[in-house]
Amino acid sequence: MKPAAFAYHAPRSLDEALALLAEHADEGRLLAGGQSLVPAMNFRLARPAVLIDINRIAALDFLGEADGWLRIGALTRHLAFERPVAAGPLATLLPQVAWHVAHLPIRVRGTFAGSLAHADPAAEWSLVAATLAAEIVALSRAGERTLPADGFFRTAFTTALRPDELIAEVRLPLLGEDWRCGFAEFSRRKGDFALAMALAAVRLEDERIAAARLGVGGVEHRPRRIEAAEALLLGESARPEVLAAAADAVAAALEPVEDIHASAEYRRDLARVMARRALEGALA
Amino acid sequence: MSWIGRPIPRLEDPALLTGQGRFVADTAQGAAAVRFVRSPVARGRILGIDVPNDLPAGVRVITAADLADVRPIRPLLHRPDYVAIGQPALAATCVRHVGEPVAAVVAPGAAQAEDVAELVFVEIEPEEAVADLDLALAAGAPQVHAEAPGNLLIDGRLATEGFDAAVAAAAHLVEIEVCSRRQSAMPLEARAAHASFERATGRVTLTCSVQMPHMLRTAIADHLGMRESDLRVVAPDVGGAFGQKMSLFPEYLVLVWLARRLRGAVAWIEDRRENLTASAHGRDQRHRVRGAFAADGRLLALEGDLRCNVGAYSSYPVTCGVEPLMALAELPGPYDVRHYRARARGVATNTCMMAPYRGVSRPVITLAMERLMDCAADRLGLDPVELRRRNLVRAFPYRSATGLLFDEGSYLDCLERAAATVDLPAFRARQAAARAAGRFLGVGFCVFSERTGYGTPAFAARGMEIAPGYERVEIAMDPSGNLEARIGASPHGQGLATTLAQLIADELGVEPAQIRIAHGDTDRTPYGWGTFASRSLVIAGGACKLAAAALRDRLARLAGHLLEADPGDVEFADGRARVRGTDLSIELATLARQAYHQSHRFGDAHDPYLAAHATYDPAGTFSNATHAAIVEVDPETGHVAIERFLVVEDAGVLINPMIADGQVHGGVAQGIAHALFEEIVYDDEGNILTASLADYLPPTCAEIPPIEVQHLVTESDATLTRAKGLGEGGAIGAPAAVLNAIADALKPFGVGVFEMPATPQRLRALIRTAQAGEVP
Amino acid sequence: MTEKVTLHINGVRYEAEVEPRRTLADAIRDDCGLTGTHLGCEHGVCGACTVLLDGRPVRSCLMFAVQAEDAEIRTVEGLADGDRLHPLQEAFWRHHGLQCGFCTPGFLMLAAGVLEADPEIGDAALRDALSSNLCRCTGYQNILKAVRAAAAEMRAWPSADR
Repeated sequence: MKPAAFAYHAPRSLDEALALLAEHADEGRLLAGGQSLVPAMNFRLARPAVLIDINRIAALDFLGEADGWLRIGALTRHLAFERPVAAGPLATLLPQVAWHVAHLPIRVRGTFAGSLAHADPAAEWSLVAATLAAEIVALSRAGERTLPADGFFRTAFTTALRPDELIAEVRLPLLGEDWRCGFAEFSRRKGDFALAMALAAVRLEDERIAAARLGVGGVEHRPRRIEAAEALLLGESARPEVLAAAADAVAAALEPVEDIHASAEYRRDLARVMARRALEGALA
Repeated sequence: MSWIGRPIPRLEDPALLTGQGRFVADTAQGAAAVRFVRSPVARGRILGIDVPNDLPAGVRVITAADLADVRPIRPLLHRPDYVAIGQPALAATCVRHVGEPVAAVVAPGAAQAEDVAELVFVEIEPEEAVADLDLALAAGAPQVHAEAPGNLLIDGRLATEGFDAAVAAAAHLVEIEVCSRRQSAMPLEARAAHASFERATGRVTLTCSVQMPHMLRTAIADHLGMRESDLRVVAPDVGGAFGQKMSLFPEYLVLVWLARRLRGAVAWIEDRRENLTASAHGRDQRHRVRGAFAADGRLLALEGDLRCNVGAYSSYPVTCGVEPLMALAELPGPYDVRHYRARARGVATNTCMMAPYRGVSRPVITLAMERLMDCAADRLGLDPVELRRRNLVRAFPYRSATGLLFDEGSYLDCLERAAATVDLPAFRARQAAARAAGRFLGVGFCVFSERTGYGTPAFAARGMEIAPGYERVEIAMDPSGNLEARIGASPHGQGLATTLAQLIADELGVEPAQIRIAHGDTDRTPYGWGTFASRSLVIAGGACKLAAAALRDRLARLAGHLLEADPGDVEFADGRARVRGTDLSIELATLARQAYHQSHRFGDAHDPYLAAHATYDPAGTFSNATHAAIVEVDPETGHVAIERFLVVEDAGVLINPMIADGQVHGGVAQGIAHALFEEIVYDDEGNILTASLADYLPPTCAEIPPIEVQHLVTESDATLTRAKGLGEGGAIGAPAAVLNAIADALKPFGVGVFEMPATPQRLRALIRTAQAGEVP
Repeated sequence: MTEKVTLHINGVRYEAEVEPRRTLADAIRDDCGLTGTHLGCEHGVCGACTVLLDGRPVRSCLMFAVQAEDAEIRTVEGLADGDRLHPLQEAFWRHHGLQCGFCTPGFLMLAAGVLEADPEIGDAALRDALSSNLCRCTGYQNILKAVRAAAAEMRAWPSADR
């Protein structure tokens, strides 16, 4: 299990990286944390001819709030989210989610942006991005594009990024203090990829749900919000039957994938339960 | 003061703790790397093998055509119901499972060997394959071996006289079928071998991650047609084995063949994908059992239809009979049942071969018996503990319906202690309260006896051509008074270098640290069988005790001579030989120096070499235990959380209780893995779907609960040390305890839990089906 | 095609000629001769190859040697202070936290990284962190016990020693 040979570049500047990316768009891969790419290379399931390692580009290593966004640089590791990094509801949500992301040594290396670019349907950060309407800043020599998370995830392991683009930054909207979040995930073991997970963010006005976002990951080929379920929540109070109805709507809306760990039917069951538990977590 | 019974830290640890362990891969510097080209399909005819003709310097590829002189691996059982089958070192005409080696690449480095292996094209015409046990038994199933019609490799039967009458007299017949999905022992170090040719002598040293180095030496010499004295097998530090490293594998034949042919050194370090795909699997079994119970709950008769999927080949030397025949002989377990009828079949499929895995069949037959007990208790309206109480063997020695002789044990006491420790009435109250609140707790018990420390009679009874069993120990004191014991057993994590030293230290009045245990090197150690089957402490330990006692007698004579005392009055303690009732004594180091360097002082009969040896070949002993699990099942997800896990066990005298507990812990963790997590999955075409640790799921410390261990000590005279084996018990008892607990938790749903691993998906499916049935 | 890399391991500078595809784990073992770091799966799951990279535990099978040039790497060989075992090594020994010993270097380095980053770590967080690595022999009971004992021991150290 040794990787196939490749040429290695470790640019120190963004310009240099983008030039390399333009030159090797077809056979090159970006290497950030490498915690998904390198295992695939060791199995020779991935065999890029050129590896462009962006770990030495200091300009991509940042994390902080600005203009209502949490700005996450391409080199921000999962580990950074174990402690609160943003004000408001994200202060508790992100550490809660980070706890589910693989294991410590993986969190030390793996990056938030890399996780989005890899687009594993069961990756936690992709669900966060999709549910909270993140923006993805894609850079290439041709310029900068800001991509909404909605539509970014095309299908499993496929995104709207062009081959010559890299994710320079991901922006998560800072939620106001009146938003409340809940996250629930089911996996076989601690740290495994989700068989199903759900993220709920709701805003209450006078004890009634004034805004709702409910996303599901690990169930279909990509994480997504379930608008039909969100609609059922609007204007309602947080009664158990309301949450259950929303959870049922989630289950009904999904077309789950199957693998050895979960049939479609089982994933649908799990999605229903995770959706309800995420809502309960948000509204507890 | 005795060293026996003391939890001293292990003598083998400092090297392992500081990175100075020597595992095979650590010794392979400078060797050429070997990579195997493996079959991508489960069954097919090899039409051709296309080797690139512009291989770089130092690279070569060999195929079956090169190995014409190598005998296929074809282990034998002398039984009419056994069909011997052959396994080629490299597949020649056909392949029988995914991962079967077809060619071998030798290259200067591992990455390059893998590069070349990708270029070797094996043209195979695929044929219909069969991976599932019952499908392989069905009429018209593809035949894995032409010589084994119906895919039956072994078909053992047993029946006691009067069986039918006993069944007819029963008040209750309870029948269940249990299923165990396939497991991998998955030692953290995969298989590995380094074969090095020595030009000066023409010998090959095979450094290999194995449990049976001496057997491997004989087997390789036999199969390659070489002189056994031209081969040295070394088992260095071995990173776990659990049965997976007992067998003669084709890869090792190829390695030694290559070292001889290339007159150099070659190494093969198995990767994890190969290990999960092509080493060995186990416990792929389905058993239908039927218990005939009297009205008072006594088990009158037991019937079993025991089926084991043994894969495409027969593991050498234990053969594919090891699972079915063990199941056949040991199904009744710790229960006093006089009537027994069973059939045990080993079934060939197009899957990786079966080899022993910790407990072999006992985790599954124990599941069958213990689920049967719980189901029968339900039927009879009895408490499960009470039903067991009424059926456990109480009088020893006890001769079982299958002829096994149980030595003294504490079957009932372990059960009572476990039931008292979990405080059953208090638990039932808590369970009821939890159910009312929509939470589902359950308790499960598992009682079993574990046949351990058995010598040649047990293996010979199985009809094995190669019948293991005895162990020999050679012990010597050097002129400085330090000791070396050379053993045929081959420990790999069991701490034998410590426990054997404790045993010897007590015989000779020295400290364990003065005793070096030499093992795992066929040039240095007496012929022996290695470490497996919960045997080494019992058998090598008994031999150590005998050899040390013999050496002690010699030392007593020498001390008596020097101190002018009767040797019978000499005793040994604190590194000295003392004359009882006097202040006369001599330091052992001085005595040893005198024996070697002043040998003329001891007369003509004196042999200056201070050594003794002994061989021990016991019939065997049964340790016993009760496991208890308390679980909570989330019916919405099927998730099982183990809240508490208790082991009350009796392995006789514990030489080192800390090491004994460690064996129990590790076994229980593997048992929980079996019950809840691990499963090798094949699709219908025989493709393996669990070829990485992303899909094969050993539990982490987050899934394994604290394990409470209590020991009872029955001093049986079945062994010289009064110690019984306990290496496998944890893995044997835990699965049934966990499944019984799950079944107890899910009782309100009216579902039966008979399959393991009881994954969340499976449990959820059971619950979903049950709930759907309730809808009007 | 090989490149010259310089690795700093346990305070010692190593130079090696490696292909870019050489993983850090293979370089540590084969090019630097430090075979205490083991390979159990080569896909980042088992943790036998865990080393400290600038003080943090990482899977050395999931990095390339060429990536580690500027980093301070620590392996199991650097844990003891001469003949004086590290408290983690002492505790693993005393509490029987190892059997075959194959996973042990990875667990020691994982635990060292965890305890150095947070000497006051709570039990749940410790269990979570240690769930990163696989052990096949111990059932984890004595590994947890040993790391808890070592944590207490290390907390008692004067802070300058940490």
